[in-house]
Amino acid sequence: MLYPRIIPCLLVHNRGLVKTVKFKSPKYVGDPINAVKIFNEKEVDELIVLDIDASINKSEPDYKLIENLAAECRMPLCYGGGIKTVEQAVRIFSLGVEKIAISSLIVENLSIVKEIAKMVGTQSIVVVLDAKKSIKGDKYEVYIHNGSVATGIDPVCLVGELENQGIGEIVINSIDNDGTMNGYDMDLIEKVRNAISIPLTVLGGAGTLDDIGQLIRKYGIIGAAAGSLFVFKGKFRAVLINYPTQSEKEALMDKYFKNSLSTMEN
Amino acid sequence: MITIVDYGLGNIKAFVNVYKRLNIPIRIARESIDLKNATHIILPGVGAFDYAMAKLNASGMREELEKQVIINKIPILGVCVGMQILGKSSEEGNSVGLGWIDGEVKRLDTKLIPYKTKLPHMGWNTVSISKGSELFYNIINNSRFYFLHSYYFYCRNNEDIVNTTKYGIDFASAILHENIYGVQFHPEKSHSNGIGLLQNFARL
Repeated sequence: MLYPRIIPCLLVHNRGLVKTVKFKSPKYVGDPINAVKIFNEKEVDELIVLDIDASINKSEPDYKLIENLAAECRMPLCYGGGIKTVEQAVRIFSLGVEKIAISSLIVENLSIVKEIAKMVGTQSIVVVLDAKKSIKGDKYEVYIHNGSVATGIDPVCLVGELENQGIGEIVINSIDNDGTMNGYDMDLIEKVRNAISIPLTVLGGAGTLDDIGQLIRKYGIIGAAAGSLFVFKGKFRAVLINYPTQSEKEALMDKYFKNSLSTMEN
Repeated sequence: MITIVDYGLGNIKAFVNVYKRLNIPIRIARESIDLKNATHIILPGVGAFDYAMAKLNASGMREELEKQVIINKIPILGVCVGMQILGKSSEEGNSVGLGWIDGEVKRLDTKLIPYKTKLPHMGWNTVSISKGSELFYNIINNSRFYFLHSYYFYCRNNEDIVNTTKYGIDFASAILHENIYGVQFHPEKSHSNGIGLLQNFARL
């Protein structure tokens, strides 16, 4: 039986790992390679690492860091941050990364993304969309450059178009819920989920394993990503890299997945 | 020495990292001479069937590869698309496959997939013993491996099926014919189960 994926998402800022709240106030949470070593031991399903400086500083991806991360990772690794050209994408894959995450390039130059997909296969291209609710709360908008630039694009329309272009996976990230640990933006997820049939991973707001459970109960196969949940422990947010053990994961699946309505498999 | 075929596809580095950790020497083959002293061959692959065949045919290594596998009976492990091209053809394209194992590559039937997410089949799924093989020595039945694909290998001969996995249908997730092994999942990215499998392959 295929399981939903539970995915830690790590943010790189000034070569260290940070965790933000609503895309602001980055708090240092440790060293990237050390975190990967811990996540190896915990046998995480996948790992997403996003360099939140590269696009804003218009700098090259940090190839040395990517190479070290990929060499350490015993699970699929998705890297994002600063990828603007086909050459950069191909170089990153050659370092041993399975998937690359594209964000602002989708808005700035979709044809380059298509060219990258032609070289490496569409299933290795992940589009990360940072979405924010309008003030009225009736619709969403895609932001780029760490939530600093509004694009006027509705993510729900965009994901359908991306699926048609053959993109392999969408990560939808809620700016409003980022770092709040109060649960996922289920309204946003519902809208995006209904628009596509390619793999969807959701990010932003998970504060407990129960939040992930609720998501899995509703959608069955989905990627449940989280930052704060896997780097903080307790109400004072002490930094502690953590992830459910195999038996905790099995218990979560027994409770929320195996008996859920979305699992009609015999 | 274990030799991995670098024809421009697949995560070569991930295999190298696993074998380095196991202290098992590994060589990367970029031209046919590199395949001459191979004791085991890994044929990786990511992406489309036709692209994989085109790259393999253009690599200059195909003839030596066939000699090693078909005449010298060196064990070979095809991974993901590297497994699929062991077959004769694929619904994904028009190219002729290596045809070393009797079968065709077909698209997974989305009508039978009970989730909103259809394809690709992405994530950790259980691998169940059909006839089993030494490749899975010490790996518990129904262990999970990482999958990322939309097509599967349809075996003409059921006896070539080593393990199956359910995603809509039950498909062959590991196959074996004589010295030719194929796995649809990615052992190089499947934690301890994958490392165990690659270690078993090295011991064949």
